Amino acid sequence: MKKILSTNEFLVALIIIVLSIIIGSKNSVFFTAGNLIDLLRSGIVMGIFAIGVLIVIVSGGIDVSFTAIASFCMYTTTKVLNYYDFQGSVLIAFVLAGAMGLILGLINATFISFFKLPTLIVTLGTASMYSGFLLAFVGVREISNLPAGMSKFAKMNILKVTSENGVVSSLHFSILILIAVVIITWLLLRYTMLGRGIYAIGGDRVAAERAGFNITAIQFFIYGFVGLLSGIAGIVHTTLMRNSNPVNLLGMELIVIAAVVLGGARITGGHGTVLGTLLGLFLVIIMNNSLILLGVPSYWQRLVIGILILIGTGATAYRTMRSSRQLHRNSVG
Amino acid sequence: MMQEHLIKVTNVSKSFAGVQALKNIDLTIKRGEIRCLAGENGCGKSTLIKIISGAHVPDEGDIEINGKHYKRLHPIEAIREGIQVIYQDFSIFPNLTAAENIALNSELAKNRRFVNWKRVKSIAKEAIRKIDVNIDLDAKVENLSVADKQLIAISRALLQNAKLIIMDEPTTALTQKEVNALFKVVKSLQQKGISILFVSHKLDEVFDLAEKITILRNGQNVIDGDTSQFDKEKFVYYMTGRKISESHYELQQESNQCLLKVEKLSQKGSFYDISFDLYSGEILGITGLLGSGRTELAMALFGLNPADSGRIYVEDRLTEIKTVQDAIKNRIAYVPEDRLTEGLFLQQSIGRNIIISTVEKLLNKYKLIDSEKMNIQINHWVKELNIATPSTHLPVQALSGGNQQRVVLAKWLATNPKILILNGPTVGVDIGSKTDIHQIIRELAQQGVGVIVISDDIPELLHNCNRILIMRKGRIVGEFGGKSITEKELAHQLSAT
Repeated sequence: MKKILSTNEFLVALIIIVLSIIIGSKNSVFFTAGNLIDLLRSGIVMGIFAIGVLIVIVSGGIDVSFTAIASFCMYTTTKVLNYYDFQGSVLIAFVLAGAMGLILGLINATFISFFKLPTLIVTLGTASMYSGFLLAFVGVREISNLPAGMSKFAKMNILKVTSENGVVSSLHFSILILIAVVIITWLLLRYTMLGRGIYAIGGDRVAAERAGFNITAIQFFIYGFVGLLSGIAGIVHTTLMRNSNPVNLLGMELIVIAAVVLGGARITGGHGTVLGTLLGLFLVIIMNNSLILLGVPSYWQRLVIGILILIGTGATAYRTMRSSRQLHRNSVG
Repeated sequence: MMQEHLIKVTNVSKSFAGVQALKNIDLTIKRGEIRCLAGENGCGKSTLIKIISGAHVPDEGDIEINGKHYKRLHPIEAIREGIQVIYQDFSIFPNLTAAENIALNSELAKNRRFVNWKRVKSIAKEAIRKIDVNIDLDAKVENLSVADKQLIAISRALLQNAKLIIMDEPTTALTQKEVNALFKVVKSLQQKGISILFVSHKLDEVFDLAEKITILRNGQNVIDGDTSQFDKEKFVYYMTGRKISESHYELQQESNQCLLKVEKLSQKGSFYDISFDLYSGEILGITGLLGSGRTELAMALFGLNPADSGRIYVEDRLTEIKTVQDAIKNRIAYVPEDRLTEGLFLQQSIGRNIIISTVEKLLNKYKLIDSEKMNIQINHWVKELNIATPSTHLPVQALSGGNQQRVVLAKWLATNPKILILNGPTVGVDIGSKTDIHQIIRELAQQGVGVIVISDDIPELLHNCNRILIMRKGRIVGEFGGKSITEKELAHQLSAT
């Protein structure tokens, strides 16, 4: 029991509950079904991104190129499908964008694995390269008439709620994609040797090598997987927004990384869970969407999220420090 | 028919970029034998280990394991033949639980794709039962002690069906109690027919444990024999190639210049009511188990973690030491326990490391570093302390442990200290360098410096200190003259509760 109470997940969950109660008591709109659905809806794209970022951070790396990859994939896919006036299913859009994302992710992996460059530098570079290529060669103008399959997909809701004042909130089908990604990743990290290898690399790379993990293969998997997820997230983003904009995802990477770190993943690698990431993400989304309900100006959101990150990571660091001191003291006797 | 010997290395040589690291080495290890491999840093010990474990390919020679001959041995073949290396860093994952750490490698070797947590737990339970120890299997390894981490590494090796376990200086970070526990485990492994190759240059350990000793020097096998054929002098002679005599340090003359007087110094949770004097020319030993407060006391005296209460007099003047700057102003120098993380800038050059604490004295009138002055200073200390290096521009991490320690010493001696506090001055340093460092310490004391040596190396204390204070649970519990106590008594005092 004590173990559960001292986990990072518990701490974040506690903050979420306290915050919800405060917001809910000031503004009763917060606890309405409509608002909760809106919260979920705004978390879908960020959620898929966050899962990818989690894997990278657990392995001891960092990826800031995923929004650029997503923008590239969704915009190029939309443009290509429009060009051929494609009338078929949205599945083709997902396959196309996913494959593109996979390739771009593998390009990241190549630099990281073969040239042994720091992951931050590589992904900073490729992020700029991917979005530059997109804007220079593919296009800059927003596309608002989506291919038929994608427009149809945009209207696929699994739940619709109308509030008293007539505002309709709908939960989009793509929440199921997020749920699938979450479950697959959770199983992967917890129950496969590949997943444990990702933790092992993040814990001690040299030890992982000596134990017989194939570091190159694992890194190709990690960055390829992130690329694939980014491609999928890109299409989800486009359909939810009902347009394809080559730049409006850029800049989201920092808030996603912040959510993952807030959820207990250590930037130094080796630590982090799917549950923690979801909680961290949820906290950030509540901040983003609900401070307005409290009457807090939107400029303050950035400030508050920044403070939360410092408190969140600070609390973890403090606990680690204390437990190592405890260890030292126990060895006295 | 099983051969009596498990592994037979014949005529193995290896060179790196023209430097001969090993030359015509022969080594035979029998089943269930505990063999010590000794030698100073750079003698080729680690190269030999790497050849046996398949990490390096020998230029010539033959390796025979379990009757099979190998010209070149792949790491995976070595593992399949039952050869396991326990590295100094244990090669474990701090972020995973003890159970997973124990089971992971063997599960990986079995090519499993999925993790069954029940199986992991039961494998780990079985593994620690085999060596009869108790570890919290659900704890994250980063929260465990060094000794526990080592036991995890050992039980992990056993799971891979180990026939030969190579331990690379396994006792470096252990307390005496933990060393004893480790030896018990090693002996129980022997009973199970597992051979141990124990790399160490600590005499007492080697004589305690090993049946046979192999000593390497400059890449050559200088002697091979039963432990009973060796005595201390012979062992040291073969390792260093020179005769090293052990003598006690004695005060030249009683000095009445009290350099440091500590009164009732306390720090909550670390040490209490510490009082002692340090006179000019003295080498004062402070010893105690890990966690006895010895390191915290040293850090308090150097202002790294100031004491809560008590008084410190430097040369009879009441002095406040709240920061490192205070300590340096009072000409106190501190050589920390862990030179790698606290004492050196590993990637920086030897020269820069030497001048770092005195860089202000090397400025010219434009407040820039005077390179001529700097080079004079660097060359002076390289010569003075016999730092063996082809160039002072090399990064410090390229040096051996002994030479690194000399660089740390040089850095502080350059500040011309009156009081020198050395914490574990010869940890991880080979015997030759150790003797040299002791010599340096003695000379400093003879020049009037007051030296405090914090150490749990009992012979080191006995031979070099004219007085020894024993700390237990944060308090000074005894004071002895260096000559008035035997090794046994001191060891007993240390571990008494």
